[in-house]
Amino acid sequence: MKIKNITAIFLILLSIWILLNNQFQIEVMIIGVILSFVISIIMGSRITVFNELKFSLGSVFYTIWYLFVFLAELVKSNLDVARRVLTPSLPINPGIIKTKTVLKSKMGRMILANSITLTPGTLTVDIEDDILYIHCIDVCCEDIDKATAAIVDKFEKILVKIYG
Amino acid sequence: MGNILEIIGAVLVLLGSVFLFLGALGLVRMPDLYNRIQAGTKASTLGAFLTLFGLLLIIPEWWGKLVLLMTFILITNPVSSHVLARAAHYIKIPLTDKTVADLLNKEETTYKVNEEIKNE
Repeated sequence: MKIKNITAIFLILLSIWILLNNQFQIEVMIIGVILSFVISIIMGSRITVFNELKFSLGSVFYTIWYLFVFLAELVKSNLDVARRVLTPSLPINPGIIKTKTVLKSKMGRMILANSITLTPGTLTVDIEDDILYIHCIDVCCEDIDKATAAIVDKFEKILVKIYG
Repeated sequence: MGNILEIIGAVLVLLGSVFLFLGALGLVRMPDLYNRIQAGTKASTLGAFLTLFGLLLIIPEWWGKLVLLMTFILITNPVSSHVLARAAHYIKIPLTDKTVADLLNKEETTYKVNEEIKNE
């Protein structure tokens, strides 16, 4: 468990270091590797969010696929909100509704809530265990199952494969 | 080739600023805090994304830092708007008259927050 955690932190720190320096000389790389190694050893036992990560080819593939689905939704949501803002009558129908998630891991729930916040007219207001409270700019239905099918499902079916 | 990339980049920067402008317009036009957060978050995320991506096409040497910036915007933007909305709901900032449903039980959650503060 702990080694997985340390590896995840190490890889994230090292990639940030490389991106920030933007050069691949051997001296720069050595300093980066040493620094990220020391920091990941020190912080390894304290940061626990990466414990639930699965390292496999499938999860990498689904992460990239998720990114594409997410970016498409982001563009759609922006066009939708832009249309509402520009319409003189301001066609909104707001409200806070409940939805349910099947995700168990903290990391998966966090990514789900963040994705919902960034996509078509929805904003996560609160999470209580597996219930997500979502503020919608245009409420489709107050029923918990229908709302889940409309808002949560498209992200959830991919996230389930990454985080289980 | 460099010229074409530069033109595409400039168009993307322009598009990004259009989205940022729409976000600002949304902040003025929306009736209550929650809807304003909605307009603000989404427009500013895509606007910043398009602007940075356009800059990446104009000056390709900066790609590392620009990708890092995009990642941080993507991670932090929804978190901040979620926390703002949550805090606003807990101190009972009213929703607009057009609201059709509010299923988040205010009494219960406010009580729970007070208990948490006492326990700490």
